[in-house]
Amino acid sequence: MTTIITIYGLLALCLGASLAKSRKKTKQAFLIAGKALLKTAPSLLTVLGIVGLTLGILTPETISRLIGSEAGFTATIIAAVIGAITLIPSLVAFPLAGSLLRSGATVMTISAFITTLVMVGVVTAPMEMKALGRKFTLLRNGLSFVAALVIAGIMGVLL
Amino acid sequence: MDMIKKFKFPIIIAMVFIALAIWLPDTARRSSIVTMDYLKEMILIMPPVFILMGLMEIWIPKDKIQKWLGSGSGIKGAAIAFALGTLPTGPLYVAFPMAGSLLRKGARISNIVFFLGSWAALKIPQLMVEIKFLGIAFTSLRFVLTLAALSLMGMLMEFLLRLRPDKAWLENIDAGQQPPNKVKN
Repeated sequence: MTTIITIYGLLALCLGASLAKSRKKTKQAFLIAGKALLKTAPSLLTVLGIVGLTLGILTPETISRLIGSEAGFTATIIAAVIGAITLIPSLVAFPLAGSLLRSGATVMTISAFITTLVMVGVVTAPMEMKALGRKFTLLRNGLSFVAALVIAGIMGVLL
Repeated sequence: MDMIKKFKFPIIIAMVFIALAIWLPDTARRSSIVTMDYLKEMILIMPPVFILMGLMEIWIPKDKIQKWLGSGSGIKGAAIAFALGTLPTGPLYVAFPMAGSLLRKGARISNIVFFLGSWAALKIPQLMVEIKFLGIAFTSLRFVLTLAALSLMGMLMEFLLRLRPDKAWLENIDAGQQPPNKVKN
């Protein structure tokens, strides 16, 4: 909800300023926006479908079972992979991570899950590639995954 | 034929949904509910995001972006990228069109990595939720380590992408996106 209010507020502000300055340029901005949106539409639909499939299969209960039952290094890797392929809003993810931590999952596992969840987006990769290119997307997600494992390792040792 | 090629992946996914509906109706039902939820969200969010990107393309001059976020922007550029990312503005896919626009206008790659990274992992409202459920020690340590990782990643990605630029992406910009500085008043 706050997201929607922020974005529409920002849009109203910028659009007002733009219209006041030049109607013609504003129209051009809309043309650019429309073209870009049309170009992104197939990857948007793909993302929507994949998000539904991953969350339909990986329900919070399934995730808890997968992360909670295993221990040690295997659990951390599983957690990192689940975090990388799911797109869960933080309001759902953090309570889930908190309850897993209290029910016995290690700090290493939970930090791997959280870090890949926020930094790696396998399902949104088609959109990222459209906007920033294939190489950028593969590098950013690949390096983020490795970084998440390193961060998890350090946090496991320190906390 | 062109349309089918363009919508290849959505069609494959639709077929997966149909297969699930036959063999695993419960999973199919859950999946469609999630997809519908996100569809509603995207219908509300994506049009304004793309219009904002269009306005950015038209109004923000290339030399300003180069100055603020380009190769000579140094620590200040990284700070601007970081600050832009921590603003409370929704999921990461909202940031992709903006980041693409900044990159086309001459922002350096490391700053884009910083921008996306802080948007994804270091957003202030999200940190509040994280502190509540995982504690201040966990959250602050993850914050510091993520920041360090992003700096290294940014430098490494900039180095690698300068060494071997993404030719397909560069050609696509030249063909598809109109260069904003050619727009006449």
